[in-house]
Amino acid sequence: MRPKRIATLALALLLSIFAIAAWAQPPRATPPGRVSELDRHIDGQTHTPPLEREGRRLFEEGCSSCHGFDGGGVPGQAPSLLEAGEAAADFYLRTGRMPLDQVGEEPLRGKPRYSEHQIRALDAYVGSLGPGPAIPLVRPQQGSLSEGMRLFTDSCAGCHGVGGKGGVAIGAYAPPLGEATPTEVGEAIRVGPYVMPRFSEAQLDQADLDSIARYVQLTQDPDDAGGFGVGHIGPVPEGLVAWFAAIAALLLIARLIGERNEGGEQSGDEDGRA
Amino acid sequence: MRLLLTTLRWAWRFALAAVVLLFSRRGERKVVRELPASPRAEGAVAALLFGAGLAGFAFVLVYAFDGADTQLLGVAIALALGLIGAALILAAGRVLPQEQAEEERPRFAVPAEGEERRRDEEVERAGLAVREGLDGVTRRRLLGSAGAAAGLGLGAAALTPLASLGPHVGKLLEESPWREGTALVEENGLPVRAGELEVGSFLTAFAAGADKRDLAAAVVVVRVEESALELPPERRDWAPQGLLAFSKICTHAQCAVSLFRYPLYPERSPGPALVCPCHYSTFDVLSGGNRVFGPAVRPLPQLPLRIEAGRLVAAGELSGPVGASWGGVREGS
Amino acid sequence: MIRRGVRFLDQRAGAGSALGKALRYVFPDHWTFLFGEIALYSFLILVATGIYLTLFFEPSSSQIVYHGSYAPLQGQEMSKAYASALNLSFEVRAGLLIRQVHHWTALVFLAAIVLHLMRIFFTGAYRKPRDLNYYVGLTMLVLAVVEGYAGYSLLDDLLSGMGLAIGNAVALSVPGIGGQLGTLIWGGRFPGTGAFFSRLYIAHVLIFPVLIGSLMALHLALIAIPKHTQFRGRGRSEANVIGTPLWPGYALRSLGLFFCTAAVLFTLGGLAQINPIWQWGPYAPYLGTNGAQPDWYLGWLIGALRLVPHFDVVISGYTLIPGPFWGGVLFPAVVFGFLYAWPAIERRLEGDRVQHNLLDRPRDNPRRTAIGAALFAWVTTIFFAGAADRAFVQLGVPYEGQLWGYRAASILVPIAAYFLARRVCERLREGEEHPGRGSDARTVARNREGGFEELGPAGAPGVADADPG
Repeated sequence: MRPKRIATLALALLLSIFAIAAWAQPPRATPPGRVSELDRHIDGQTHTPPLEREGRRLFEEGCSSCHGFDGGGVPGQAPSLLEAGEAAADFYLRTGRMPLDQVGEEPLRGKPRYSEHQIRALDAYVGSLGPGPAIPLVRPQQGSLSEGMRLFTDSCAGCHGVGGKGGVAIGAYAPPLGEATPTEVGEAIRVGPYVMPRFSEAQLDQADLDSIARYVQLTQDPDDAGGFGVGHIGPVPEGLVAWFAAIAALLLIARLIGERNEGGEQSGDEDGRA
Repeated sequence: MRLLLTTLRWAWRFALAAVVLLFSRRGERKVVRELPASPRAEGAVAALLFGAGLAGFAFVLVYAFDGADTQLLGVAIALALGLIGAALILAAGRVLPQEQAEEERPRFAVPAEGEERRRDEEVERAGLAVREGLDGVTRRRLLGSAGAAAGLGLGAAALTPLASLGPHVGKLLEESPWREGTALVEENGLPVRAGELEVGSFLTAFAAGADKRDLAAAVVVVRVEESALELPPERRDWAPQGLLAFSKICTHAQCAVSLFRYPLYPERSPGPALVCPCHYSTFDVLSGGNRVFGPAVRPLPQLPLRIEAGRLVAAGELSGPVGASWGGVREGS
Repeated sequence: MIRRGVRFLDQRAGAGSALGKALRYVFPDHWTFLFGEIALYSFLILVATGIYLTLFFEPSSSQIVYHGSYAPLQGQEMSKAYASALNLSFEVRAGLLIRQVHHWTALVFLAAIVLHLMRIFFTGAYRKPRDLNYYVGLTMLVLAVVEGYAGYSLLDDLLSGMGLAIGNAVALSVPGIGGQLGTLIWGGRFPGTGAFFSRLYIAHVLIFPVLIGSLMALHLALIAIPKHTQFRGRGRSEANVIGTPLWPGYALRSLGLFFCTAAVLFTLGGLAQINPIWQWGPYAPYLGTNGAQPDWYLGWLIGALRLVPHFDVVISGYTLIPGPFWGGVLFPAVVFGFLYAWPAIERRLEGDRVQHNLLDRPRDNPRRTAIGAALFAWVTTIFFAGAADRAFVQLGVPYEGQLWGYRAASILVPIAAYFLARRVCERLREGEEHPGRGSDARTVARNREGGFEELGPAGAPGVADADPG
């Protein structure tokens, strides 16, 4: 054992400890509810006909090729929006799920294609087409965390996972909820986008909505009392850490301590021959 | 971005160092015995050990005063352990004498000359000692058999209490709280109302009066368009208003079937189905719980429903045994 | 002082000469010989941290309402076991650290055993007279897998409950006795009676640890009696063993490895979160979460359960062999059965009846290496299939497609691994001479007529002297 090796070993150990320490930041308290969401909520008064008219213009330009000129849908292409409601329009547009690049594919979160004003206009227009869920008012700070966790486990965890990291829904992708705002959570619950089930007021009331949204906020910044969260998706990344951090470090140490003289003088012979 | 680059550079350096350490060959061979006599190494060992002591005390301090923060505790104790480890390894390599020793191996298969005979004699002597101890006993075989019988009986008696570990399997695995007329209740004990569920929704319900943790008690109730149903003729009236109930326990490996997929636009997305998130067995809702994907074989048992005064009530028993199959389970439908 | 201590022992236990012998026990040096030591030290850390955990853990499935300090669970119904694990994590000082170290150590323990097994397999260290010890080691691996499963199942969080549900289904699937087996262990139908948690607990903290500890003692004794194996090298023969004696040198080095192992595990336990049970929530049979996974050492079984196509053996309406049997029972039985049988198979294949104390390098026996590579590649492929749903979420490859891909891969990859390993071994062997066997290579020179002329064997004198015995 040469001193250089000892030094390397000690140094590597120290460095890795500090590196991991810097990497695994101490758990932070959940930021006080993302209230700004509320500002976005539009009450009935804003639905002035001019906004609807602009919405109709935008709809005819951008949406009518699939959803039909009057939002009645095109068979085999896209569903009718007559009973979709404001909530559906707002959810799909704000999360960039619509417009789709290709008819028939699963709508996934992306960058919104419309400006804030345009989205409001389209919401107003789609909302005016017929009866459908309005944009729900979600106030996570009024919800109960434990009730939210219970409801989420019961109704949402089967697809999104109890940690909200997404999952397989066989034939579809249950998206992670890391970027979902409370309003979007509420909208999705009422609308049931793509293959998601939808839940009426009678099943999950306003208080339930608030609680679930509050729990979703928690999953976005969970309480990592144990240190670095390793992805929050359970044993798969934990196994990776065990093999590629712990076992790798231990192999390195074993290599430093142990000799590697299999075949004994063989390396010398090779040198001699070369 | 710069942080990323720095991290990558460091990762690269570590990887390089690791490769060099792992694969550099050391041709040198230690002489048989060498006294290193290195005061500097001894000083380093001492310093490492003192450092370990300090880190150990730091652990105690963190435990006592800093609210016992898991991360600080971990770093302190790990540092103490790591420094001791480094000190020992350094001492082994640079403070203590270095030596290569050679040892003879015992050879089991080829005993030395004479050795074999000696072993045979020993075995013989041991046998003789046993036999001498039995001198004068005439009916050895009888006593031997009696001893064996005693051993067998006692062994059986010792193992019998094990049977009380498990009750009779019999009907146990097929028990179910569902009877004609059993009401469906929610987790909080309130009855499930038919109007509560919108088309495209689901909820978990339990047999009224049963333990919620009973495997057969939980059902998942879903609502689909009544016109879309494709139930077999004998189940035609099991789903009033498009409300269907299925056992919530997967017939493959007993996880909760907690995933309900209901397409907003059936023409373009996969049909309504219940999925178990453990091994993704997928059961078609419209045809009454038949498997369409995944490792399950038996369909999800369906519970016939009827509506009484707006509340959901079982119109009969579950269509098959709940939970995983076992030898003797009768395949449902 | 030292002399007095030794004399004290010698006069009371007659241990003087044994001690002297033990201190001079020779350890051949090779870094791969340390994998087993890492496993041994992990086991010690598991016992130490585990004892600490038993002081706070309450193995009971009776249901209570949680009123601890973790807000999202307050007011929820849960078992006492889960609640006490939460208290252990949040209320007991250093409790979470010890729990995380215990869990990380379990993962590393199993990983070290698997690495050690691979070292033993690929170097032929399991050959007579060590085949007996190889069986002991394999048995410890089986026990360690069950022990780990029992350990994380005890916590009664959502993940562990789902794991137990699957475990029960696998027990039920054993042909003939499955119903009895499942109800016997669980004390009834899943989730079982209150006695089940007592059984699981005593299995985890007493029965399996004692079994593993005893087998470990036997394992070490069976190493020491015929002494260590060693790679070929100058002066090394079947009859001797050359290396560093226990004292001085090896003892400190090995102790150093123990402390370094502990340091790595405590670093992880302090800084990297493992199994944050408070984030999973309590279990009830009617609850489930997407993406539930077992710890890594059971990943190959969930992979097999997912890959095997849906198939029950049914006779006149009655299930004879339910589906989970294939992936959950038959697959591990085949893998371990093969590993147990391999020393005997190889002896028959090679007609090899003698004792071996010198190790092969993997390239020295291409057939063994290729078969081992195929086996481990097979298990690893199925292991990765178990994480296909996570791969779908992270990478977006459709799950159903992956499933078919893995089904094909679980047949093709082992075959490819077999031929690849064999070819690599042969190439490596062609490119060098072996100290024990000399070389087949010949040195040739072009002669004037344009033909080749052999100049004699390439192996320089002194190469073949490695085995003077």
